[in-house]
Amino acid sequence: MMRCRITYRKTAPLRYTGNLDIQKIWERYLRRAGLPVAYSQGFHPQPRIQQACPLPLGFLSQAELADIYLDDDTLRPDDITRSLQVMPYPGIEIAAVEEVDLTEATLAGRVTATEYLAEWIDPIDADQLASRVFALLNTPQLLRSRRDRDYDLRPLIEALDVLPADSAHNTGLCMQLSARQGATGRPEEVVAALGYAPFDVRYMRTRIYFTD
Amino acid sequence: MTFDHTMLQKQLERILPTVQKPGRYVGGELNQIVKDWDGVETHIALAFPDIYDLGLPNLGLAILYQTLNAREDVFAERVYSPWTDMELAIRKSSIPLYALESHRPIADFDILALTLPYETLYTNTLNLLDLAGIPLYAAHRSDQHPLVIAGGHACYNPEPMSAFIDAFAIGEGEEMIHDIVNAYQAWKRSGQPRATLLKALAQVSGVYVPALYEPDYHPDGTLRELRPLDPAAPRRITKRIVAKLPPPPTNFIVPSIDVVHNRVAVEIMRGCTRGCRFCHAGFINRPVRERPVGEILQAVQTALKQTGYEEVALLSLSSSDYTQIVDLVDQVSKHASENHLTISLPSLRIETFSIDLMDKLKGSRQGGFTLAPEAATDRMRATINKPIAADQLLETARAIYSRGWSTIKLYFMIGHPSETLDDVRAIVDLCKAVIAEGRKIIGKRAVLHAGVSTFVPKPHTPFQWAPCDTPKQIQAKQELLRSELRGPGLKMTWTSPKDTLLEAWLSRGDRRMAEVIYNAWRNGAKFDAWQDQYRYEIWQAAFEQAGIDPAFYTHRMRAEDEIFPWDHISPGVRKSFLLGEYRASQTQSFRSDCRESCLACGILPTFAELRRTNPGKQWMCPEVPIRKKKAVLEPVAS
Ligand code: SF4
Repeated sequence: MMRCRITYRKTAPLRYTGNLDIQKIWERYLRRAGLPVAYSQGFHPQPRIQQACPLPLGFLSQAELADIYLDDDTLRPDDITRSLQVMPYPGIEIAAVEEVDLTEATLAGRVTATEYLAEWIDPIDADQLASRVFALLNTPQLLRSRRDRDYDLRPLIEALDVLPADSAHNTGLCMQLSARQGATGRPEEVVAALGYAPFDVRYMRTRIYFTD
Repeated sequence: MTFDHTMLQKQLERILPTVQKPGRYVGGELNQIVKDWDGVETHIALAFPDIYDLGLPNLGLAILYQTLNAREDVFAERVYSPWTDMELAIRKSSIPLYALESHRPIADFDILALTLPYETLYTNTLNLLDLAGIPLYAAHRSDQHPLVIAGGHACYNPEPMSAFIDAFAIGEGEEMIHDIVNAYQAWKRSGQPRATLLKALAQVSGVYVPALYEPDYHPDGTLRELRPLDPAAPRRITKRIVAKLPPPPTNFIVPSIDVVHNRVAVEIMRGCTRGCRFCHAGFINRPVRERPVGEILQAVQTALKQTGYEEVALLSLSSSDYTQIVDLVDQVSKHASENHLTISLPSLRIETFSIDLMDKLKGSRQGGFTLAPEAATDRMRATINKPIAADQLLETARAIYSRGWSTIKLYFMIGHPSETLDDVRAIVDLCKAVIAEGRKIIGKRAVLHAGVSTFVPKPHTPFQWAPCDTPKQIQAKQELLRSELRGPGLKMTWTSPKDTLLEAWLSRGDRRMAEVIYNAWRNGAKFDAWQDQYRYEIWQAAFEQAGIDPAFYTHRMRAEDEIFPWDHISPGVRKSFLLGEYRASQTQSFRSDCRESCLACGILPTFAELRRTNPGKQWMCPEVPIRKKKAVLEPVAS
């Protein structure tokens, strides 16, 4: 058995596909590519595919990570990349494949923070955004409620910067949010806290941070 | 109006995060086919008028999608009904219903082709037309509007929907759809008015153009005649069939979200020769044609490679009757165990051999083992022509429980013609006998799930003359079942009598039903196939507004010589044969499986020419002796 770490981009065709379904899609992708995925033991053997960190529905991503276990240890990362690229799956673009040690801790348990780009679908006033961001960062506490739970959003925001518009993009934000057990910041919440409609924005995950 | 793709994308980006399962509305799935919009001559929207989750796995549409897109001059796309939340959102933003591949409005297409496998999709069909901005009534459409066609099992009685559909495709679509497209293209190039197109379509074998006919009724409300208004309109429309099943589709679209069936589906056989008298599918899908084992295996392998699916369904009306079933199951299961695949094989006969088959497939036993005895007394079994001895069922049940399944699902139907409460009570007794066996073998783990639906007499079956049970009768029978079919390990589900009534009105309705369907839709009826959406009161009001008594369609015993609203549609089986079967049901006479000896239902003479040019074993109708065959063929040759 071998364990491979796949870094991939989640693009438009899978934008509205949730986490459970992505798991299935990986299973089918590996079958199509002829890669012998390993199955868990027990009554209901499941393919061993482990995603690092769930991506909210409707988000795109430049930096998704998944570990897959294969029943073959003669394969090299290059072979796997090639197999995956020969049978491409719409919505998944392979960025890198590397072999990792079987004993290494799971990705999911090591996530600390995630970084997102939020770009407005239609142009907005960048100065207004900048001043609201400034004000927000200077607030000690940001009480919000989500799914009937009250929480403080402020400490979950690790970084927040305005991205000015250019020829290809509207004004946006780059934000780094905590993603620890029980302390996960959501980018739509930040947008809402800034006083904008969360669905006027397109979200893209750009990075996942891990402990070593 | 020009199509602004970017604008639509932006609108959708805002809407989609606010609705359930937005993945239903974006397309882009694995194996979707996309063509350059301006590079093809004819655009066809294939529609299933219910949500994506149910429509995507529809095999009929998958077949049409493949065969149409194989043509360079055609681009066929998909469209489904948006769920209520999405409907609200797109109506609010004035987004017209669009196709999943190009995201173009449906109104921009040449042809809108609907599949109507069952009647409870009728209001959804109207809603779909409305969301697309297409006039609901065929008579209100102009040259600018798409041609609206429909096919599928419900279309064997096209009359209730005849006001809304330009042309019905009766029977199997694989070849007919190309004839329709060709006729459409010829018309479009000719620049003639829409009426010319309709007449041209009426010339295509299997196509019914309702606008070319007019009904005439007796004072008692029954039909006197359906009069052709044009020489182009044939008196009788005989269904189309393919002589030989073409290779099955393999390049299935794989949804990016979970739908009802996530699997490769291969039809191993079409039709059924058992002749159960209640079974619509059994009478309209004759003759039985099989696919060779090699072709099925090839298709399964190709499809698995192209989709990556982990499940395969081998479909037919009666798997046990497929002549090479053992060979097929052996070969498929070999492949399955090597690849963590699940194989499903529905519609198995009630015999221990069926368990051997399931054993070979080594699937999970969690879902239980399903059998369909349909009735529990010998009298009822003879009435419906489904002979199963009680001890054979018990023996099968014993074998199922002792070979690893803890749940058995038994399907029954109440409301068969002449059924009494004693016949219903026998269902209880039979279920109790089965669970008693189960408990003897595996103790408290044994579960029996009885699914008891209510019979609705369907057109083109021997019971088309019979009345449907009244709500009162149904309630009394269900009450009996609910109070007596209980105990450890016993579970029962049933159909609401109100659902049954709707199905009954719609399936044997005539042209006057169109107004009722329209009223119901206007009053908000949609998703009638969904228990939580169907509103009985809306339909009652719709009947009242139209001044029509619903009981005329449901609870009336038809005279033997009554002209039915669907008599001009021929499934190839003769009405006189059906009547003979109806009489046989009243004397509780069994008829044998007709693959052993032909019962002369009418299929062979109707398709004599097709049969003559396609001899051999693929049709399960036995070869007719030469002398008889000549006699049949003479009129054709002259
Ligand atoms: S023609 Fe004869 S063998 Fe064929 S389906 Fe009809 S009764 Fe059966």
